[in-house]
Amino acid sequence: MMTSLKSGNILETAAQPTTRLSESALREIDGLIKKYATKRSAIMPVLYIAQAEYGYLTHEAIDEVARILELDPTEVLSIAGFYTLYFTHPVGRYVVQICNDLPCALRGAEKFVTEVRQELGIAPNETTPDGMFTLEAVPCIAACDNAPCMQVNLEYYEKLTLEKAREIFAQLRQAVKG
Amino acid sequence: MEQAFVILRHREIPDIQQLGTYIKDGGYEAWKRAVKEMTADQVIDVVKASGLRGRGGAGFPAGVKWSFVPKNVFPKYVVVNGDESEPGTFKDREIIEQNPHQLVEGVALCAYAIQAEIAYIYLRGEFKAPARILQAAIDEAYQAGLLGKNIQGSNYSLNIYLHLGAGAYICGEETALLESLEGKLGQPRLRPPFPANVGLYAKPTVINNVETLANVPPIVRKGAEWYRSFGTEKSPGTKIFCLSGMVKRPGNYEVPLGKIKIRDLIFGEEFGQGLLAEGRTVKGVLPAGASAPVLPESALDTLLDYESVAAAGSMLGSASFIIMDNTVDMVWAATKMVHFFKHESCGKCTPCREGTYWMLNLLEKIDHGHGEQRDVIMLGNVAQQMLGGKCFCLLGDFSTSPVISTLKHFRNEYDAKVQLTPDGGVGTHGAHG
Repeated sequence: MMTSLKSGNILETAAQPTTRLSESALREIDGLIKKYATKRSAIMPVLYIAQAEYGYLTHEAIDEVARILELDPTEVLSIAGFYTLYFTHPVGRYVVQICNDLPCALRGAEKFVTEVRQELGIAPNETTPDGMFTLEAVPCIAACDNAPCMQVNLEYYEKLTLEKAREIFAQLRQAVKG
Repeated sequence: MEQAFVILRHREIPDIQQLGTYIKDGGYEAWKRAVKEMTADQVIDVVKASGLRGRGGAGFPAGVKWSFVPKNVFPKYVVVNGDESEPGTFKDREIIEQNPHQLVEGVALCAYAIQAEIAYIYLRGEFKAPARILQAAIDEAYQAGLLGKNIQGSNYSLNIYLHLGAGAYICGEETALLESLEGKLGQPRLRPPFPANVGLYAKPTVINNVETLANVPPIVRKGAEWYRSFGTEKSPGTKIFCLSGMVKRPGNYEVPLGKIKIRDLIFGEEFGQGLLAEGRTVKGVLPAGASAPVLPESALDTLLDYESVAAAGSMLGSASFIIMDNTVDMVWAATKMVHFFKHESCGKCTPCREGTYWMLNLLEKIDHGHGEQRDVIMLGNVAQQMLGGKCFCLLGDFSTSPVISTLKHFRNEYDAKVQLTPDGGVGTHGAHG
């Protein structure tokens, strides 16, 4: 695993470095970098773009981001590891993040998490076998007045019940098929 | 009618997120006047005179903060703290989603006041949807000639950029936020130097919370005296109270500071309308999310302003009121909160990293019924030992609040959960043993 991490800047005789980011992503990154005084400042938005295109932050993705921003891959990986919204392991097409922090827990969030676990047949931090959903129990997402609440790929769903969640999951499954 | 909508203007004017509607309500009048007719110092002076205090938690006077910025160092930056991550806080999200132009105008006025030509609005990564709305408002403002080069024919130019975080509570701490914006780990910096002198890219920087800056346009437009007609001498203006937990009607309520009591917020007809379940009583109130000491029922008559809540033994902070009724197990609640802090500790300093770990370890042991009296004593000791400036930033100090305050007010619940050791937990096997 470390070989691929280092391939960008140490094993220079290795195969051509991966360039997987699309033309439009690279153009977007060019624009982003101009917003900041240093290239490094663009790392968070650039990691989001790489994550969207690669599916998750593979070592190749980390290498490519490092080359674009002229950073060491290990520095990029440390950023990806520090923040919880970057995934350095494969995740489902939809990441379901249910808040079970205190304000939500006082309004039934823990029961809701259990119900969704049963519905999807997975525990938190697991992915359904079809690769569709990854489930996470997360800290406060600023929707405490509408608990229980969740985000799916960072879009809000609030005032939830198991029935509503079922509908949402069905719609998301449908969207993939369609 | 106790509420007053200085910031939550959309409660009165539904379409205010559209530029046209916002302008009809007097929006951007202050901004145009500032760039055309006012000096930067005049803007600072009116905000100073208004007594507006930072709404992110610390309550530091905004105008005073701005006046600390050196005049002769360029470039300077404005950074908006929209990392809203304190459990129980959801006010900035409502401002961004429902009244985005008032925030944009406030950011612009702050930038002009310190003569910064770039402002970054740092939003927590989970605010992907609110960010779309805010970006649309910023785009509209550019198109209307309210942002960009030579605004309104003046020689002042300003760009406002959005920046999304990626899930880290610590980035709400202003220097950690700056680190994050510079593309580094979100870990706090040593202060001094303060950001007003050495901030983003080591340049003079003002960092203010979303709600703070949303207050600025009406202050500049209507004057400090008008603003001071709301609130108290020491806590002027209105404040958005985020009400959550076991009440009938959770939500954001904007009220002049010092006008209502905690009891009114929970039970008032235009506020929480009482507890969710009939026949219960209030057991604990957290006035500032997980960070402030829990207040018992006896504190319900505390007035809602910075001084009164502090006098009651807690702090107003971000004013996120989490209400717990008499069925709540306070050891469980403390465990939940410490779990949060342990998860969010950035790992930079030992007292916080290790302290939150051990507090959680002990709390879980006690909460699951495996604890002994000496664990309760050790829990209090670990918390006490984290205080007194040992932690690098306030996250560490705040993480002790749930522990120390529940031990103070609800010690009986801890005692009920633990088995007494033969020596009562204080002998050779005690906390220091």
